[in-house]
Parts: sequence; structure tokens; C-alpha cells
Amino acid sequence: MSDLNKLTIAGARDALAKGDVTSVELTDACLTAIEGAGALNAFVHKTPEIAREMARAADDRIKSGNAVAMTGIPLGIKDLFCTKGVESQAASRILTGFRPEYESTVTQNLWDAGAVMLGKLNMDEFAMGSSNESSAYGNAVNPWKGKDGADLTPGGSSGGSAAAVGADLCLAATGTDTGGSIRQPAAFTGTVGLKPTYGRVSRWGVIAFASSLDQAGPMTKSVRDAAIMLGAMASVDEKDSTSAEIPVPDFEAALTGDIRGKKIGIPREYRMDGMPDEIDALWRQGAEMLRDAGAEIVDISLPHTKYALPAYYVIAPAEASSNLARYDGVRYGLRAKLGQGDGITDMYEKTRAEGFGPEVQRRIMIGTYVLSAGFYDAYYNRARRVRALIKRDFDQAYAAGVDAILTPATPSSAFALGSMADADPVEMYLNDVFTVTVNLAGLPGISVPVGQDAQGLPLGLQLIGRPFEEGDLLNQALVLERAAGFVAKPERWW
Amino acid sequence: MSITEDEARKVAHLARIRVEDAALPALARELNGILQFMEQLNEVDVEGVEPMTGVTPMRLKRREDVVSAGEMADKILKNAPDAREGFFAVPKVVE
Repeated sequence: MSDLNKLTIAGARDALAKGDVTSVELTDACLTAIEGAGALNAFVHKTPEIAREMARAADDRIKSGNAVAMTGIPLGIKDLFCTKGVESQAASRILTGFRPEYESTVTQNLWDAGAVMLGKLNMDEFAMGSSNESSAYGNAVNPWKGKDGADLTPGGSSGGSAAAVGADLCLAATGTDTGGSIRQPAAFTGTVGLKPTYGRVSRWGVIAFASSLDQAGPMTKSVRDAAIMLGAMASVDEKDSTSAEIPVPDFEAALTGDIRGKKIGIPREYRMDGMPDEIDALWRQGAEMLRDAGAEIVDISLPHTKYALPAYYVIAPAEASSNLARYDGVRYGLRAKLGQGDGITDMYEKTRAEGFGPEVQRRIMIGTYVLSAGFYDAYYNRARRVRALIKRDFDQAYAAGVDAILTPATPSSAFALGSMADADPVEMYLNDVFTVTVNLAGLPGISVPVGQDAQGLPLGLQLIGRPFEEGDLLNQALVLERAAGFVAKPERWW
Repeated sequence: MSITEDEARKVAHLARIRVEDAALPALARELNGILQFMEQLNEVDVEGVEPMTGVTPMRLKRREDVVSAGEMADKILKNAPDAREGFFAVPKVVE
């Protein structure tokens, strides 16, 4: 078989089971693809020795008849996941050289299932960004190009994951999503990205950004692959006190392709002023596809949508300022060079000034400000109240019988790297406008590639599901994927 | 509300991030831009709405108050920039 790195998880699983291919062969194909893709800057720490060893073990397991769905599948891992003995830096200078002495629950679950680690993937620093340009490793590059040939962002923060999956450097990758960091990069690269319900996947060992919003999920080439990989990532974990005590079902078994009678809501507040016609048209087409498959399309209202972004940009920085307090030059990573007579406060301040990039510093300071005495009620508590109203909007829609909600995934296709360099930080935040509500409400959301814009760049739609009903959500996404028939691939230039 | 240079200095210090004086005006401007964006929240009627702490209405898990992990000082110190004799080492804290 040729081009083994282009296989889906489901395709590889079946080929492995039949003995048509070995995990070592799959893994070598990916390692070769990675070696040839330096220009994408997706893999920032490569682990070929570990990968080959894991692949050999997987082949033994397959031979002995103990394989499960993910056995022998080569994956890329976002740099935010702690992986034992392997650099885990959250793309930050402040964690230079950090090699955890432990493994995150998600990656441990994947390795227990027999998956193979190819290396660590680029991202925005501490997952704060929408373009992968805040990375200490330099930005990842989108494998897709527009007509003018400019380098495009793969999105962020899981930009390296999206670029790697979109360019077939791995079969799938892990991502994390705090405000859209799985779904927006998936939409920008023609791939599938699923943010599970808050609590479905353990956060233990995933470097924290905003603990009440962070959730890890799969980034894959197909909806079926997302179902398979979520099943391996998810678990009830006593090491994460917010891990939900809800058994993990067989998500792939939910993929019946039958959505007759399901009610799909179209929220009118997501029709933004100045929304490009292409996005609007795509959204209508998506609704038609679901209607043709027998779903009922209903207009709904989520009245507090407009306030989701400002609420998010209070709550997420507040939590980040607290979570990132631990990077102080004492326990791990970087310590700034100190001058004669410098005390411990100088050490903290210099280390954090040198170690954090500008966007992370900005968010820590905003978070510090909104939590400081005198402003806590005016900003932080008000934002948390608005968050409660945003969640109530969704609760009411679901209580009225809506099964899922269809929206655009992003307000545009992938933009050029550097094009936002002089923009106001708030302009970059607008990338999250369709995705951030889902994190605030703790719901599952999936981005599915549905079409291409006039330049040929991929565009995605988002489906938002009921809490802990990822199976239903994936099934609806499968119907959308089949109807859209998105098969385009980026032309190789790297 | 708007942030003055003095307040920006104070926030930077609270956050333990060194910001040189020359950079304070730009920092204050940026923070003000973001805060202005947040001002929209004042349009919302939040009367009687409880601040949300978590998305799932679940009681925090309880566990037995027993030691479940430990005896791994070496591992904990492994990534420290400066560790000596089983301790993290830092510059002088008290005069």
C-alpha cells in the first residue's frame, strides 16, 4: 500500500486487522511525511524512537489478538499535554526544557489503547491565540494556500495539530479547546475537530489555561475517526475532580446515519453583521443537507450570544492569571539571569517578563486586573452572571426539544499569517465568536468541513449538541459530512 | 473605567511581570482597549442571577483524607532550575 500516512484511523484499523499493513509501516510513512514537512512547522518535538518502539509493541498486540480500535495508530500530540520524559512546553519559553515526570490521563489512555506517539505539535503559547502566531517555536503554517500563494494560518490554538492532520503527517492528533481552539483550526484546514462536553475528558496532566473552560478532544480526517478517538481519550478520572462520573459509551456505534425526526436549531443571533456571503450560503446549504436527511430545521433564539465574547475575555484571563501563577522560576523551566542583590520578587518579575510572550502577559494582566480588589464584582462576577444567562439560553433551546444547533464554525476562511500583526487584540478575539459560547455553556461542539470559498480554501460548519450526547452529535455530523462530500486536499507545496 | 499608567504599573506588579516604565503607556492603552470591549457586559440585566462557577451542577467529589501519592521528592525537583539537598533553591527571601 502506498501513502499510508493518508489513511484514516478507521481505514488503518481495518487494514491492520486484515494484516494488510503493520503499525511499523504506518508509523514509518508518517515519520517520512513529517521529515518532509519542515516548512509547516507543525511537529516541534519529534519522537521517532519512541514511535517505532510503540509501533513494534502494537504489532505484537495485534498479532496476539488483543487489539482495540486505536492499536497501532500513529498520532501527533499537542504540546499542551504532559508526556513523560518528552518536552511539554505549551509552546512557551517559560517551560523551556520541561520534561514531565508523569503522563496526562488522555495520552495515557491513548497509549493504553496501543496508539503510537509521533511527537509534539505546535500551538499558540499556553493555548492563547487563534492563529498559532504566539508560539515560542514560531508559527505553524496551513497546508492550504489561497490564490496569491501567501502562507496562511492553520488557526489556533491547536494550529500544529490541524496542520499535521490536514497535511497527512499523522492519522489524527489531540487538541484542546478553551474558546474554539479545536474547532477553528479544524475549519481552517478541512479537518474534523470535536470539543467534548466539559467533564467528558480528563484535564489531568493537560497544562491548564482556563480550568472551567478547557477540554481536550480529537482532531481527525473524518467524523468516524473523531468518534473512535474520543472513545479512547475519554474516561472517568479520579485525578480530575471535574471529570464527570458518566460512563463512556461506544461513540462509533452511534453512527447510524439516521437523523430523521431530529430537530436542528438555527440561532438567529449567529447571523452577524458583515458576515461574508460565502459563510451565510454555506450555513444555508448545511441546513438544507440536514433537512434532506429528514431532520426538522427550526429557527431558535440564543439572546445573550452577543455577550459571550466579552464574558469569555473576562473569565478566561481571570482563570489564566491564577493558573499561570505557578510559572515563577522555582519549580520548572526558565529562571531569568539575576543581577547582584536581586531578591525573590525580582526573580519572579524578570522570569515572567522573559518567559511569557506578549499575548500571555496581556491576558495575565487583564485577569489580574479583573480579579483585583474593587473590580472583582464589576468585571469578574458580572461576567460569571452573564455566563449563567448564556448557558440558560442553550438550556431553554434544548428544553424546547431542539436536538442540536447548526452554526458557522468561523467568520472567515484561513487568513494570511502576519495579517493581524497590527490589529487590535480584540479583532483577533472575534475569531472565536461562533465557538466561545459552547465553552461557556460546557457543551459538546464539532466542526465539519462542508465547502470551499472562492479561493478554494476550506470552510466548516459547527454542530452543537446536548451535554454528554456526543454520540448523537457525531451522528448528525456524519450526515453533514456525507451530504457535503468534502474530499478536497491541499496541493503539496511544502 | 480606564487604566492610568500608575494602575498599569500596579497590575504588572501584582501579576509579577516586570514592565519597564517606557512600556507602560502602551500597556495602559492595550488594557483599556480590552476593558472597553468588556464594558458591553454592563448592558445585560443580571439582577437575581447567580454567578456561575461550573457548567455541570455537580457537587465537588469527596475522597478519603489519606495520602495517595508521595515519596517522590526527586521527581518533583527534577525540573527545577536550581535544587539543592532535596529543596528548591531561591534567592534570599529575608534580609
